[in-house]
Amino acid sequence: MALRGKAWKFGDGISTDHIAPGRYFHLRSNLPELAKHVLEDADPGFASKVKPGDFVVGGRNFGLGSSREHAPTIIKLAGVAAVIAESVARIFFRNAINVGLPVIVCPTGGIDSGDELELDLAGGVLRDLTKKTQMRFPPLPPVMRNVLADGGLVEHIKRHGGFKID
Amino acid sequence: MGKTIAEKLLSRAAGKELAAGEFALVKVDLCLLQDGTGPLAIRQYEKMGLAGVANPEGTVLFLDHAAPSPRKELSNDHILMRRFAEETGAVLSEVGDGVCHQVMSECYTRPWAVLVGADSHTCTGGALGAFATGMGSTDVAVAMGLGQTWMRVPETIRVEARGELRPWVTSKDVILHVIGRLGADGATYMALEYGGDAVRAMTLESRLVLSNMAVEAGAKAGLCAADAVTRGYLARHGREADFSEIAPDPDAAYADTLKVDCSALEPTVSKPHAVDNTATVDEVAGTKVDQVFLGSCTNGRLEDLELAARILRGRRRHPRTRLVVVPASRRVYLEAMASGALPALVEAGAAVVTPGCAACVGVHSGILGDGEVCVATTNRNFVGRMGNPEGLVYLASPAVAAAAAVAGEIVHPKEFLGA
Repeated sequence: MALRGKAWKFGDGISTDHIAPGRYFHLRSNLPELAKHVLEDADPGFASKVKPGDFVVGGRNFGLGSSREHAPTIIKLAGVAAVIAESVARIFFRNAINVGLPVIVCPTGGIDSGDELELDLAGGVLRDLTKKTQMRFPPLPPVMRNVLADGGLVEHIKRHGGFKID
Repeated sequence: MGKTIAEKLLSRAAGKELAAGEFALVKVDLCLLQDGTGPLAIRQYEKMGLAGVANPEGTVLFLDHAAPSPRKELSNDHILMRRFAEETGAVLSEVGDGVCHQVMSECYTRPWAVLVGADSHTCTGGALGAFATGMGSTDVAVAMGLGQTWMRVPETIRVEARGELRPWVTSKDVILHVIGRLGADGATYMALEYGGDAVRAMTLESRLVLSNMAVEAGAKAGLCAADAVTRGYLARHGREADFSEIAPDPDAAYADTLKVDCSALEPTVSKPHAVDNTATVDEVAGTKVDQVFLGSCTNGRLEDLELAARILRGRRRHPRTRLVVVPASRRVYLEAMASGALPALVEAGAAVVTPGCAACVGVHSGILGDGEVCVATTNRNFVGRMGNPEGLVYLASPAVAAAAAVAGEIVHPKEFLGA
């Protein structure tokens, strides 16, 4: 099943401090409240503008920085269907999959904010319906595919009692 | 084909021969949680219904990011972490004990161990020859419960550092220079392996700086060989029995090799707002400084405070420049009091803050005002990092930081250390 939504375009090097600023450290045990500040230091009004099913589109090295899993968690809580970026920092990538937020690595230079996107996760295809372009992306490694298919790492462990790595 | 340090460590942890690119389940020896990531890890752990903490004496919960707590929400997070430690037998590192990576290095991290921590600078432990890497709360929660995790064996970039550092150039300048060359994503999914005669000649404390910042180039680990220097460090901390040698094979395959001529390095800074936005100190000389922050898991150790004290002893901080000093641990605090470094810094006008993360992560104890400039010995200068997106952070060595405190602006530290 394909996901459809609007693109919110960000630049290169969006850090976990842009996504979940340290000054809201005290809200980390109150994720719905923290989610009101998601990506605030990259686009101050983002949390009130984003609609369920929209996509966050980044450039290079999306999610660099801290190990705070709160960063992908509040992107997901804001209703974002997937993060799409040219490259993704390692810890953020693993965390996003662990919280059930799909991450797609593909060229994003041609995507602008407001473009209508269609994402076929199983088929490995992202379409920009506004620009009438499409991009293919590689599949996740098996262990990450399994975790995402189970809806995140908590469900994966509850179901299998450990990691299914192939 | 020979093995890199990363391949050797993960092969042993998996109980089978592994090469870069392979996936495996590996045994986890040490787990680390801190007060920013621990409460979420504990909640995730409880949701999974795991049967207990696999290795309580190797699972350490740190109250360091917001310590002492500046807010009731964070005090309540601390209560949750204390309760979890009590219930599971995990170790609690209390308010004032120090930054997680420093205390882990002093008391727990050892060659050949696998350490996973819910903190991105967990890679600090690579300086001791451990496979130490940062992960999120849920991954570490699983590792605590199962005593294992999955890993992709990383390719390795060898950083070959040769030549003698000049007196005012430190391992911080080496790693800022390396990150400037690699870029903030230059080692993503890979390991950095530091070697060469310059690394061999470094104290373990200086190597910890190299490993600490590996993640700033995107790396999963920043590894050093375990040698006589490692043995000496462990012995000084009452842990010589933890020593076991490790070195890469001479015919190990590297994805790339980065050569660094240390004898030619100048003091280096990262300008706002990216760690790879590097410049030599001369290129930014004259920048007015409102605050100097000397501390953190990068540069809050005894040798850092002593280097700063060599510059600040008998001098005063510039009237426009605040000086915040944060010993990385209680042990460092006591040693710096005994050595005279800390009294010298206090006499020079320093405000000394409880061992911990303090303002580095933007929670408390030195948040910047709008438009203010901070020279920090920390590891990140992202927008908002020190608590205010309108603040400007320059990353630098303790020598550059101390010189800035005296001059009130960025200057070359040789002005004070003598040529």
